[in-house]
Amino acid sequence: MAKSLQLEINGKAHQVNADPGVPLLYVLRENLNLTGTKYGCGEGQCGACTVMVDGVARRSCLTPVGSVAGKKITTIEGLASNGKLHPLQQAFWDADAFQCSYCTSGMIVAAAAFLKTNANPSEAQIAHALNGNVCRCGTHPRIIAAVQKAAKAMREKS
Amino acid sequence: MSEKPNPRVPIEPERYELSAKPFYHFAWNRREFFQFLGAGMLVLGVMRDAAAMQESGQARRRGEESLPREVSSWLHIGEDGSVTVFTGKVEVGQDIRTSLTQAVAEELRVSIDSIRMVMGDTQVVPFDMGTFGSRTTPTMNLQLRRVSATARDALVQLAAQRWNADAKTLSAKNGEISDASGHSISYGDLLKGQQITEMIPAEDPLEPASEWTVAGKPLARVNGRELVTGEHRYPSDHALPGMLYGKIVRPDAFNATLVSADTAKAEKMPGVAVVRDGDFLGVVAPTSFEARKAAEAIQATWKSEPQPSNKDLFEVLRKTAGAEEERDRGTHITGSIEQGMAAADQRLKQTYTVQYIAHTPLEPRAAVAQWDGDKLTVWTGTQRPFGVRQELAEAFHLKEDQVHVFMPDTGAAYGGKHTGETAIEAARLARAAKRPVKVVWTREEEFTWAYFRPAGVIDVSSGVKNDGSITAWEFHNYNSGGAGIPTYYDIANQHIQFHPSHSPLRQGSYRGLAATANHFARESHMDELAHLVKMDPLEFRLKNLKNERLRAVFQAAAEKVGWEKRKKEPGRGFGMGGGFEKAGNVATVAEVSVDRASRKVKIERLVTAFECGAIVNPENLESQVAGANIMGIGGALFEAIQFENGKILNPRLSQYRVPRFSDVPKIEVVLLDRKDIPSAGAGETPIVGVAPAVGNAIFKAAGVRLRSLPMVPEGLPKA
Repeated sequence: MAKSLQLEINGKAHQVNADPGVPLLYVLRENLNLTGTKYGCGEGQCGACTVMVDGVARRSCLTPVGSVAGKKITTIEGLASNGKLHPLQQAFWDADAFQCSYCTSGMIVAAAAFLKTNANPSEAQIAHALNGNVCRCGTHPRIIAAVQKAAKAMREKS
Repeated sequence: MSEKPNPRVPIEPERYELSAKPFYHFAWNRREFFQFLGAGMLVLGVMRDAAAMQESGQARRRGEESLPREVSSWLHIGEDGSVTVFTGKVEVGQDIRTSLTQAVAEELRVSIDSIRMVMGDTQVVPFDMGTFGSRTTPTMNLQLRRVSATARDALVQLAAQRWNADAKTLSAKNGEISDASGHSISYGDLLKGQQITEMIPAEDPLEPASEWTVAGKPLARVNGRELVTGEHRYPSDHALPGMLYGKIVRPDAFNATLVSADTAKAEKMPGVAVVRDGDFLGVVAPTSFEARKAAEAIQATWKSEPQPSNKDLFEVLRKTAGAEEERDRGTHITGSIEQGMAAADQRLKQTYTVQYIAHTPLEPRAAVAQWDGDKLTVWTGTQRPFGVRQELAEAFHLKEDQVHVFMPDTGAAYGGKHTGETAIEAARLARAAKRPVKVVWTREEEFTWAYFRPAGVIDVSSGVKNDGSITAWEFHNYNSGGAGIPTYYDIANQHIQFHPSHSPLRQGSYRGLAATANHFARESHMDELAHLVKMDPLEFRLKNLKNERLRAVFQAAAEKVGWEKRKKEPGRGFGMGGGFEKAGNVATVAEVSVDRASRKVKIERLVTAFECGAIVNPENLESQVAGANIMGIGGALFEAIQFENGKILNPRLSQYRVPRFSDVPKIEVVLLDRKDIPSAGAGETPIVGVAPAVGNAIFKAAGVRLRSLPMVPEGLPKA
């Protein structure tokens, strides 16, 4: 049954009316019009739906919305601040780390969560961290290069 | 309205899904155009045979009200200098939005950000058969260059008239015309209050590639910001006010008919409506979650006949060969196989097979449909917006001008989105619901109800002399197709034939079509022959190959990898494969390691040399080549559709393995730039060398010859 739920998404409070068992992905996309988070497989295998919950990468297609009420949810739409792209967003664009780009939101969010745990990762560590994210167009080498570039930019800034 | 097959575009026989004939419908006239876009200059690219039919026989005409139907692109420059380009080509990740923008900027001499590219909207773009076959760069890129160059010349003429100057003394740059003394006027100012129409045949002379300034250099994505911020709206993101979500109730097997359906429980759910029309059964609901629950609540009974399974597949394809309608089979016979075999010192006969594989675009099929009376608008991801428009018109008994298909830049296709099934489903539900309806296929639906790359069986018989010259080449492909079937090796006696079969599964185009299967068979067989006559695989190929472009890519890949000095150690091997397809030349060298104990096969390195004429955008080209290589790894090593009696057994990403970061080796791309040769497309051909290169490398590493794709779905097979 639908319930009123309080969600904190990208720093803003949202009240939604939804069955707590509905996956977060659909609430983001259909109730809140946040369509940057994508459906790819519905079983946590492709990573296109990746969001951060309290800073940790989660598959929103397998996350019941009721389980994240009151937690801090970050989606791709919440990464840029005041119109300035997140270093990962800028690096993906600069490195042309996409073709169809449908996986890009999930890749960037997964990479953002990963860089919180490892500020200076090797290529192998990035490949391992993103192995659950599918890029079907085959831009993997560019994605790894973009993540390294962003990590460097973030280290230099802090 | 005219209806005729387009003679310029040969369609490979294995594009089974393209039964639709091209269909021109072009309702605009000149006045409407300027009403729509505002004053300024309109330039139309017209196909030559159409231009030749004009009464005057002149290439250029001005001022006529009606426009020809055979226009293939158009460009408008407004009074503010803004440039709008219209093309029926669509963006599915190959980044033609950028490369076409770049072509216009280059020829028209304007900045990239003054150009807006309108693509794949059947209401406003010229008819286009579809975005497939690697034709955008060789055709549309050139055409837009010509259209843009014409616009530039016309602007120079306008300025010459205004200044009473000789046009030869004027130049165009940065959206302005200037004379030698430094006088300048912007394109927008030149066009104030004007309504100028130019029409050109699409074959005017052009600047040679060596004169290009913007094109030929890397250019960042023109819409990159929207892509990295999640703002871009893919077809599955599209939403309309009052929209409902649709879900189709699927049969439990292919070719099934609906016997009965108990829909009572679903119909009691709030906001849910059930739609049944023949064997079509679906629901609409306020959210996709509720639509899924409602569909699951329906008890449907289906009836189907027994159908083949994987284990019978290759036998079925052989047995039913010739059962399909007559098509162009690409039969090629020269010399005499009998004599060629008689002249040989050694003979070899082998069979190669490929399984069905799925395109698996990360964005599944999606469509939003909206009716306004008897007018239908559909937003959907397809490589053929005009083809889908025709499908919709047929399905709903409409005229094509009652149907508007719009294709937002889509989450990939790889040849897999040529058809309009999701658009039809959404439209059927929307008509019943009297509200806009969105249908997004689940991954399971995409794996089951889309079409697959054809499976195939290929028999190769050959004869070779001990000095390495091939004397006979007989090659029969059952079902997978005729693309890439001719051999580019110089062999006097050949018999090459494609045999269409009755496919147990729905099949159709896939990146590179059958070129992957045919190159796998040919290039594996070449390696087997080299082994037979104890020659180095590169030396053996070059001995039988005169084509300079192809020799160049084989040599370039070998040089990059250090072929002569490659290490020969147990458990490691190098192999090569390459060829020519769609005006592109490719050679791939793979380095593979095999762990005997665990039977694990790992591709350590892929080096691909590619040459497709003059390079338009090296950054994007490198990306296309590397992407095709990575996609090729899946089909080479582990991708295969499992099916049994009309059911797909592995319709999930957890059951159907696609390449991931851990599968991706070091990839090196060598691009050969031939500025003297027109640019060809690059989205497909670089996939064809991967499987044979890897198979040949596995043979060197492990001594096991693998002749079936995928080669190692469960690791190296036991000998």
